[in-house]
Amino acid sequence: MDDRERKKNSRREFMRAVGGLAAGVALESATTAAAAAEPAAATISTGTRTTVVSMLEAIHKVVGAAPINKGKVRLDLPPLVENGNAVALTVSADSPMTQAEYVKAIHLFSEKNPQPYIATVHLGPRAGRARVATRVRLADTQTVVAICEMSDGSFWSDSVNVVVTLAACLEVL
Amino acid sequence: MARALINVPAAARRGEIIEIKALVSHEMETGFRRTQLGILIPRDIITQFVCTYNGAEIFRAEFYPAIAANPFIAFSTIATESGTIAFKWTGDNGFSMTESAAITVA
Repeated sequence: MDDRERKKNSRREFMRAVGGLAAGVALESATTAAAAAEPAAATISTGTRTTVVSMLEAIHKVVGAAPINKGKVRLDLPPLVENGNAVALTVSADSPMTQAEYVKAIHLFSEKNPQPYIATVHLGPRAGRARVATRVRLADTQTVVAICEMSDGSFWSDSVNVVVTLAACLEVL
Repeated sequence: MARALINVPAAARRGEIIEIKALVSHEMETGFRRTQLGILIPRDIITQFVCTYNGAEIFRAEFYPAIAANPFIAFSTIATESGTIAFKWTGDNGFSMTESAAITVA
């Protein structure tokens, strides 16, 4: 009985300690995110990674006030990447690609690279098929977002989570 | 001088969707790396790629430092008529590179 009581107490203490640790980590990440959200830190200083905030800002610049819908576009990236220096990426969109209805542009964004922009491609009805492939650099495990701009002015998005084991080189040569 | 590799089918049927692949040798220096002395290596990337089919633009891309070295891009177009498909890459420090391929459409 006494022994059980003690065990219970030690478990409670342990849980309290873990809880405190988790809170500490959360607080720390919140402050670093706030620090990096300053535009100067996000764009000029090297080694500073883009945060979700600046990626959303970059997306907002492209999209404006228009709503972003899920679907119609498909972003293909390997879920696990060994080398972030060259990652094969394919974006395809569900569109008939006719004069009346086609994909105008596809924008690619990164969440944790030094800059949120990856590339923008401009297509037209002459593309025949809305599909583009390229190779990108990924600086960290992150989410990559593709936004597809249709000829009718609507925006569609898809995002993929990528685990990167060897980051694209940002370090000293 | 940079070297470019392009892949365009030599012949196609009219109305067929053809796949085009283009690769150019370029370091794509990001501008975020430093030397051992801590000096920032200036950015040197290709910023734009344009593809024209008999003079009419069919595809255009804007690149940022997040594009891997030796930028590769694959896209498609509809084979409309015989002629040339021209590629142009432009970038920092006055970089400019052109390449073209002939296509016969039956």
